[in-house]
Amino acid sequence: MPAPIRLRELIRTIRTARTQAEEREMIQKECAAIRSSFREEDNTYRCRNVAKLLYMHMLGYPAHFGQLECLKLIASQKFTDKRIGYLGAMLLLDERQDVHLLMTNCIKNDLNHSTQYVQGLALCTLGCMGSSEMCRDLAGEVEKLLKTSNSYLRKKAALCAVHVIRKVPELMEMFLPATKNLLSEKNHGVLHTSVVLLTEMCERSPDMLAHFRKLVPQLVRILKNLIMSGYSPEHDVSGISDPFLQVRILRLLRILGKSDDDSSEAMNDILAQVATNTETSKNVGNAILYETVLTIMDIKSESGLRVLAINILGRFLLNNDKNIRYVALTSLLKTVQTDHNAVQRHRSTIVDCLKDLDVSIKRRAMELSFALVNGNNIRGMMKELLYFLDSCDPEFKADCASGVFLAAEKYAPSKRWHIDTIMRVLTTAGSYVRDDSVPNLIQLITNSVEMHAYTVQRLYKALLDDISQQPLVQVASWCIGEYGDLLVSGQCEEEEPIQVTEDEVLDVLEGLLVSNLSAAVTRGYSLTAIMKLSTRFSGVNRIKKVVSIYGSSIDVELQQRAVEYNALFKKYDHMRPALLERMPIMEKSASNGPTEIVQTNGETEPSVVDSKHPPPVSQPANQANDLLDLLGGNDVVPVIQTTVPTKPASAGGELLDLLGDLSLTIPPMTAYNKNGLKIDFTFERANPNPNVAVITIHASNSTEADMTDFVFQAAVPKTFQLQLLSPSSNVVPALNQGTVTQVIRVLNPQKQQLRMRIKLTYTLKGSPVQDLAEVNNFPPQSWQ
Amino acid sequence: MMRFLLLFSRQGKLRLQKWFTPMSEREKKKIIRDMTTMVLARQPRSCNFLHWKDLKVIYKRYASLYFCLAIENQENELIALEVIHRYVELLDKYFGNVCELDIIFNFEKAYFILDEFLIGGEIQETSKQMVNRSIEASDMLQEDDISEWYEVELFG
Repeated sequence: MPAPIRLRELIRTIRTARTQAEEREMIQKECAAIRSSFREEDNTYRCRNVAKLLYMHMLGYPAHFGQLECLKLIASQKFTDKRIGYLGAMLLLDERQDVHLLMTNCIKNDLNHSTQYVQGLALCTLGCMGSSEMCRDLAGEVEKLLKTSNSYLRKKAALCAVHVIRKVPELMEMFLPATKNLLSEKNHGVLHTSVVLLTEMCERSPDMLAHFRKLVPQLVRILKNLIMSGYSPEHDVSGISDPFLQVRILRLLRILGKSDDDSSEAMNDILAQVATNTETSKNVGNAILYETVLTIMDIKSESGLRVLAINILGRFLLNNDKNIRYVALTSLLKTVQTDHNAVQRHRSTIVDCLKDLDVSIKRRAMELSFALVNGNNIRGMMKELLYFLDSCDPEFKADCASGVFLAAEKYAPSKRWHIDTIMRVLTTAGSYVRDDSVPNLIQLITNSVEMHAYTVQRLYKALLDDISQQPLVQVASWCIGEYGDLLVSGQCEEEEPIQVTEDEVLDVLEGLLVSNLSAAVTRGYSLTAIMKLSTRFSGVNRIKKVVSIYGSSIDVELQQRAVEYNALFKKYDHMRPALLERMPIMEKSASNGPTEIVQTNGETEPSVVDSKHPPPVSQPANQANDLLDLLGGNDVVPVIQTTVPTKPASAGGELLDLLGDLSLTIPPMTAYNKNGLKIDFTFERANPNPNVAVITIHASNSTEADMTDFVFQAAVPKTFQLQLLSPSSNVVPALNQGTVTQVIRVLNPQKQQLRMRIKLTYTLKGSPVQDLAEVNNFPPQSWQ
Repeated sequence: MMRFLLLFSRQGKLRLQKWFTPMSEREKKKIIRDMTTMVLARQPRSCNFLHWKDLKVIYKRYASLYFCLAIENQENELIALEVIHRYVELLDKYFGNVCELDIIFNFEKAYFILDEFLIGGEIQETSKQMVNRSIEASDMLQEDDISEWYEVELFG
């Protein structure tokens, strides 16, 4: 059998392969040769063969059949064999294979070998890949070696102990005695590994942490020596003495000083010294400064030191080196909560980092910028952030848009600014905003009542430009549906009103319905918007046509909506104006913050169809809002509910039963009496809340014809809250043959004088009648 | 601690792999694929830090080799750069103006040097001279082995 080819020979040969297939062939051939060689139990060439196997393994080929051979090499007496054997074990074996346990005995023997380099191999292997079982078996040996005076072995034993503790934390205690005088070593290797061992123990056990606090003075001394000592060629890196050790000591100090006043004070001076004296021209110096800053921020340092740390980070931000800038941004992000003002001072530098070319830096700068936004700097910051949003990569846009919305919501200086900002985000990053932004924005727009005309105009113009960005299109269609009347009447105060006809608006909305760019949800929005315009625009026929066409749409959602809207036109036309009234102000859910809109009386898009009952209070289209503030702000009144039956024709009497006793201690009154329509109010107090007055209206008709499509609406001053339940019917029979009743509940916590404005609409003999009236003659008992 | 160290060429060929936590072959292969893809895709003048899962990846290119070191989140990235640099210096001292071919043909030596510098994901020796001396002494031991078996050359 010819001698197996040498390792380097094999490498050379394999590298000549021109294709993957050729390489594979060579490898397979060699593997076969190696396998037969293994079978022959050839001691001489085992080492060479395993080395070749390791090379092929690195190329990605399977080498598991060499695992046992590694064990045989480890057991050999020759150092060369052991070296390759242990390397093979570390590369091919791991704790998942039971085979590895066979190593334990060999390692144990080698840990006690007469040659330190063999001991070193064993310690290294155990420290890199020892399983928990191996660690348990050999911890005693490691502990012995931790106490040896041989620094070469001691440093390896220390790291081996670290590995043992990581694998089997319960064994930590047994290493405690050996740590006694680890720090009095002069050898840097031992010092470094000792600090690592102490760090590991302190991180894992609060008891150990307390125990080792007494080492703080010693650590401070060692650090001081490193800084003050002159040039030491052995450990010098660019003029700094053993930066690795300095960093490790700083880290251990951090752990020891955290939440401990005395320790923190003991290290104050040295931290200040390191922070001011370290050379910053090279990466090494900055690495030490970085660690120092982290330590200062974590321990109970005095404020002067903290400011020093933040200033170091500020200087880092101006460094040419990208890595340093990145590290500074990351650290500032960690400290921005606790040292907000100090970080604010560097705001302009941070904002400049938004323009950096490096992606990692940009992301950190963005996160930090959002953290720094407050009421004072919102305008300036938002300008920068919006500019960033325009030009950043798509991966940032979603996060940036959300951040902008949140910041705008918290700190908007004015409603107009808020809406402008939202518009800007929607138009520049419209396809990237998160889905929940659409309802949030709709709520915001609804609540900015004075901006409705301006908002709808801007959104309309945006739609004319571009209908591809779905969130923008959805918000725009919703607004046009709601405020389309403001749009065509050209009422905008904030900017030059545009001339738009009803047909043009409908063109746009219908365009959305047919466009390929529109998502299914968007189509839903636009159909509902069109429907809403039927009460705001005069030309209803076109809308009727559109709605009836979509009654046979393939899209089930659209079809359902269209069918229901059709029904609205045909059978429930009298309800339509009330149903499609302007949305009242929506409430924010207290528990979920700004991200959720509570379903209150007027439900949010797109479930308008579900509310087959009139909203309790209407807002006369062009009237000032002082009478309407039913759901404004957070004045949630527990009594007010939306529990109304879905059938509008159900008797109001059923509801009365829910409301408790009917003690009629308050005299009834006539609220309105005109043109044959008389409306009487009867009162009772609701149990258990005495602040709620329950009024039942009784509408009677003394004329000869029925009053059909009768709708009663009421509004109260701001300090009251009002809830209107369903009417018994919407036909007031002629000649007093019957009454329509409806229940109103008024909450009057401040016990103010009750006043009410009412609006009546009905059809008499084919002509629509509408009237407004004030009711001021409430009996005092009703509100006192 | 450090989690793994990878060396690969600009074509993505692996030259050295050191793992400090146990992982299956499949996981290792996936990580190697991910690292090479991510690092090779980086723009020339980007910063040397990446985020990958819950780790920080520090990478640096020396001539035709990429050195890729993954550290845990609480570790200091800037000193990790120094760790990579120190390893390169050690290789350079040992091979004399080290190049990729040296590491290809003497990969086992590269591992031996690494094992005198790091153990279990931590630095064991901060002095360049000490590491070099240990390696030289170990090499001498190998020579002793060979001298007992002078008629057979065990290593090419």
